[in-house]
Amino acid sequence: MIVFMCKRLGFMVVTMIVVSTLLFLLLEIDAENVAVGVLGPYSNDEQRRLWLEAHGYFEPLWLRYGTWLMKFASGDFGQSIRFNVPVAEVLWPRLWNTAILGFWTFALMIPLSLALGILAGMREGSKLDRSISVTSVTTTSIPEFASAVFLSAIFVFWLKILPGTSGMSSGFEFKQLILPVMVLVIYDFGYVARMTRASMAEVMTQPYIRTAVLKGLPYRQVILRHALRNALIAPFTVIMLQINWLLSGVIVVEFFFAYKGFGALLLEASLNGDIFLIEACAMVAVFVAVATQTIADVGYTYLNPRIRFA
Amino acid sequence: MTDIVRTITPAPTPGAAFMRALKSFALIRESWVGMIGTGLVVFWIVVALAAPVIAPFEPNATLQPFAKPGVAFTKGGIFWLGTDHIGRDILSRIIWGSRAVLLYAPLATICAYTVGIVMGLAAGYFRGWIDELLSRLADIILSFPVLVLYIIIIATIGASALNIIVAITFASAPGIFRIVRGLVLDLRNRDYVAAAQTRGESSWQIMLVEILPNARGPLIVDACLRLGYVIITIGVLGFLGLGLPPPDPDWGGMINETRQMALAFPHMSVFPCVAISSLILGFNLLADGLREISLRD
Repeated sequence: MIVFMCKRLGFMVVTMIVVSTLLFLLLEIDAENVAVGVLGPYSNDEQRRLWLEAHGYFEPLWLRYGTWLMKFASGDFGQSIRFNVPVAEVLWPRLWNTAILGFWTFALMIPLSLALGILAGMREGSKLDRSISVTSVTTTSIPEFASAVFLSAIFVFWLKILPGTSGMSSGFEFKQLILPVMVLVIYDFGYVARMTRASMAEVMTQPYIRTAVLKGLPYRQVILRHALRNALIAPFTVIMLQINWLLSGVIVVEFFFAYKGFGALLLEASLNGDIFLIEACAMVAVFVAVATQTIADVGYTYLNPRIRFA
Repeated sequence: MTDIVRTITPAPTPGAAFMRALKSFALIRESWVGMIGTGLVVFWIVVALAAPVIAPFEPNATLQPFAKPGVAFTKGGIFWLGTDHIGRDILSRIIWGSRAVLLYAPLATICAYTVGIVMGLAAGYFRGWIDELLSRLADIILSFPVLVLYIIIIATIGASALNIIVAITFASAPGIFRIVRGLVLDLRNRDYVAAAQTRGESSWQIMLVEILPNARGPLIVDACLRLGYVIITIGVLGFLGLGLPPPDPDWGGMINETRQMALAFPHMSVFPCVAISSLILGFNLLADGLREISLRD
């Protein structure tokens, strides 16, 4: 178990380093380009040369990468070109806003999708199962931007009960969070529900469930005591991996509702060629994704006794 | 000796495999979910092919701005779905826009599949360091949140049809690679592969003629699902302003252009959303139906 965890952590570190190398090469291999990005297209050669010299860009590439990585690991991400402040100063508050959005999404999505998945998987092929399956295929077929358009047409334009933007310009307002969370939940719950259903349906065909039913246990107890324990192992992994999807989803939702979060920041940085901000955002995104994958893997091994004791 | 080997292992020829794929496709009639999916997909293909005939107006012509759905045009004709902020007929743009989606989405999927299959076959069949290298590479690319990867690639290399295909290939091939590799690992130990090796067929011939046709079932289902994802991706990129360059109609781009007016004139963005959602739903239901049928036998 400990060996496995170390292996996973090692893989995580290697992935982060490879990704950082790729990002660095993609964005900074052409030093001239960096200088144009920082100083603007109207700077002259002399200014660029001075800037490059002052920031150590005439060193060999591997040395530049080493210094960059060291600074990066110690939390110094450089200066944002667009916001004209240190990257960390814009990054952390934005990340916190996205964490709020993600928290509410998961708080609603997990109970909903697990309940639907279990109900559908308990009796495979029943009417309830069929309708839950068709509903989840339909909701996952509607991309986030489309459901954002549909929901704001209904709740903002037609019913006029919710605000159409979530800029939070006059302080935090819970009302402005409703539509973004709804959009993310609608897109994401279907997949988790389907996975839970598949896992539950498989468990229900196992001999020990038949034994439990045949020895006369109440149906409730068969489900709660025997089936759920094994059926919920797979959804745990799926939910953890869903965080990776959420990172994509928040970009669309934050852009649509003008929510000041991490996704909107990443998009803004990319569209404006804000090199150091892109690097920081991308590394944070990959870190979150890889960390949740590691937790999912380790957690799955821990939860599954067949692997744990093997 | 060779004759005996040939008779006991009828190697599936590509032609026969195609016929069988076609036959299993005809079984879609038995699944009503699959039928609805096929219906939606066929509907959009017909719309795309017949675009010049059925579109009531020129898709890029400026006619009458801010017309609500059903308003009649002063020079004849009706804007069934209204017009956008610069007066282009939305129905015509949706009809013409279906061409872009139905051209680039399958093209990008085919590219991704070609790369993914070649890599997966090589890794699963040769094993060893090739497998190790390709698997690690796939792990690393897959550890990116998908949209983050797309945005960084497109923002760096620029938005154009070709670059979108390149980005989709880069981001989707590792997923396909994993599926193919898993299937090949299972199939490479079959008797007919051993027989082909005994006959002295070359490695690539074995991979493409013996192994690949036998792995087609899960791959066809995955291709339908992935086509849905690729359509979402092209839509999302268009919506974020990183899609196909204007002015030619593109569903995601239409939503991006009219996004700011969505609260006052929802018809401008709602109808393109309906179009893209229905096409994605079509492919997802089709994949569901195909899976249902493949599980049956």
